[in-house]
Amino acid sequence: METALQYDRLQFAVTATFHYLFPQLTMGLALLLVYLRTRDLLSEGGHYHQVARFWTGIFALSFAFGVVTGIPLEFQFGTNWANFSNYAGGIVGQTLAMEGVFAFFLESSFLGLLLFGESRVSRRTLWLATVLLWLGSWLSGYFILATNAWIQHPVAYHVAADGRLTVESLAGLLTNPWLIWQFAHNMTAAVVTGAFVMAAVGALYQLAGRHPPLAKTCLHTGVVAGAFASVLLITPTGHESARQVFEFQPVKGAAFEGLFRTERGADLVLIGQPNMETMTIDNPLAVPSALSLLAYDDLYAKVKGLDAFPPHEWPDHIALLYYAYHIMVGLGTLQLAVMGLALAWLWRGRLFTARWLLWLLLLSVPFPYLATTAGWMTAELGRQPWLVYGLFRTEEGISPLVHSGNALFTLLGFLGIYLGLGLLFVLLFLEILRHGPTETAVVQAGS
Amino acid sequence: METIWYALVLFVLTAYVVLDGYDFGVGILSPFVARQERERRLLREAIGPVWTGNEVWVIAGSALLFLAFPKAFASGFSGFYLALMIMLWLLMGRGLAFELREHVDHALWRTFWDTIFFLANLLLAFVVGLVVGNLLRGVPLNASGYFFLPLWSDFSPGPLPGLLDWFTLLTGVMFVVLLALHGASFLAMKTRGELQAKADALAKPVTFVLELLLVAVVMALPSVQPAFGAHYAGAPIGYVWPLAAVVVLVIGYVSAGRQRPFVGFVASSLLVGSLLVAAAWGIFPNLLIATTGQANSLTTLNAATDRTGLESGLWWVPPGLLLVIFYQVYIHRLFAGPVR
Repeated sequence: METALQYDRLQFAVTATFHYLFPQLTMGLALLLVYLRTRDLLSEGGHYHQVARFWTGIFALSFAFGVVTGIPLEFQFGTNWANFSNYAGGIVGQTLAMEGVFAFFLESSFLGLLLFGESRVSRRTLWLATVLLWLGSWLSGYFILATNAWIQHPVAYHVAADGRLTVESLAGLLTNPWLIWQFAHNMTAAVVTGAFVMAAVGALYQLAGRHPPLAKTCLHTGVVAGAFASVLLITPTGHESARQVFEFQPVKGAAFEGLFRTERGADLVLIGQPNMETMTIDNPLAVPSALSLLAYDDLYAKVKGLDAFPPHEWPDHIALLYYAYHIMVGLGTLQLAVMGLALAWLWRGRLFTARWLLWLLLLSVPFPYLATTAGWMTAELGRQPWLVYGLFRTEEGISPLVHSGNALFTLLGFLGIYLGLGLLFVLLFLEILRHGPTETAVVQAGS
Repeated sequence: METIWYALVLFVLTAYVVLDGYDFGVGILSPFVARQERERRLLREAIGPVWTGNEVWVIAGSALLFLAFPKAFASGFSGFYLALMIMLWLLMGRGLAFELREHVDHALWRTFWDTIFFLANLLLAFVVGLVVGNLLRGVPLNASGYFFLPLWSDFSPGPLPGLLDWFTLLTGVMFVVLLALHGASFLAMKTRGELQAKADALAKPVTFVLELLLVAVVMALPSVQPAFGAHYAGAPIGYVWPLAAVVVLVIGYVSAGRQRPFVGFVASSLLVGSLLVAAAWGIFPNLLIATTGQANSLTTLNAATDRTGLESGLWWVPPGLLLVIFYQVYIHRLFAGPVR
């Protein structure tokens, strides 16, 4: 039983993490595409039209991978987490069904229109389809995050006579206080991702001296959007999300900050290695009292450490959780520095010739992916040992009759398939870049 | 209330099989009707704008099942673990084959993805038929309402069957033929000239094979699942569904070869739909029939979420679906007419 639980968890972690790499880009690009299509609508000449088409092709590639890797997540609730589905289906079934009915249909249907209908409809219809695509992808994010927000911070539920949960108020489910900041934080991170990718493609073309007008538009759009979104990512959305953790899930906060003992005026650990034997941080570099200030606006506030909670309520991978959180925060800061620098050089009119900075933008493209993945690891590892926070433990949720051999079989299958898919995505992305925007017909027909 | 939800879930899942069914059918037929690159491009143009929108119906259907009948979702999805995982992998292969084929301009690359596309669609149609067969035959639910089906046990539909037995093999093959017919009628509507002629020419022989398989399934059903038909006896109005299936089968057969492609496509769509509803009518009110005794079966009553959940869902699901139908019809109309 225990090994089935491990494989079930690992399989969900692998499939969810891999899946999110794609919507993370498409949700961010969708907003930037709305901007490009709007400029196209307002301008004469084909420049923005060409840029928008080029990015629609990249969007479509990422979207296709997002669709095929997304279906397994929905199915896994039933296949691997049957007891959880039976327990909480009355709640999470609502939000997941809303995602399908209101969002996923919208995205999928209008992407088909954008890719295949260009010769059949006007530029205005293309603009409208792009707006609907953006709306669909963000609504999709909203409903999925509503589902996640509910397992992080269950609200608006009611325990029925047989012990199962049912929804008390749909409005309550969709206005979960946890959800508001989580949605803002995730969408901002998606825009940061889209902006970094757009800026990196612009930087690559600029460095290589190819497609100069497109390169400049990509750099301009990516850097401006990226700089603003990188600020919003840290404050208010990131800051408020962390405060929310200290309010609703203090044990998670203590674990990811590496705060083993309750303190007044708690220090904020910047780097250092958690030592689980001695319950201390090795080689710490810390800012005195900063954690108290950030979490409670008070230099002398008491912050509960892990010792304030019984060990059976602790997350089960504290060191990993600590690193995930610190990687997210560290890379978030680095992103702001890179984009801030690029914005300053853009302002001075020297970005397009500053080769070192173009190289920096190009090589920074993994940061938002790593930071977002680390952020999700923080959220989900920190939720342990609960599946539904405070209500339902993870080990209670698995399917009773799917034994470890079957779970391992499919886990290995997913690992193999996803290795291939990852390689394919990179290969095809490079192929799109190699073709460039002039031969848009290839991108167009292919997606 | 539970019955309304049964109908809603059935409607969405049926819509999925009808809509994605023609995509499967086109894939199954692709190596036979489209040998040249130009013809393959036409197939892509025909299903390209709509296939992702079609695929979403399966997500919506499973999510509505989750919402309304969480116990059946939990039991069914964990019990059909292997079938559904394989179906997921096939859906990935099918989607990627379609999306990635044009990205690299080389004959080997295209041949590779064409082959994946054909095999994935063929097996998807088979797996859909397999699952329908399993639902008809029943599954070995235990007293707490769970089961797990191995891929096969002894290939006979006894009390402890596997996913594959002779009956579900039969329904699987039947679905391959049924959806091939559906794909042919779709192609006949969406193409002109030689390709249309080839698709049209397939309709009659495929219909003939389908009739044989259908008769075999109907003959076998009473011995495989004696409980099937109890609901028909109680509510004979349901006989309109198998009757409708026979009527549209005849209409489709007659219209083949007469330059009435739209009629043919509507007939095959209704055929797929009425067969699924006819099957569901026989199972109702069960969602999952137990081969281990009727007491273990999951029905609309013992698998549903409570009334507040069902009622609050009714506020938004039907309007939401109407909206989806509205813009999917718009997109289908936008791309209506033969591809060039």
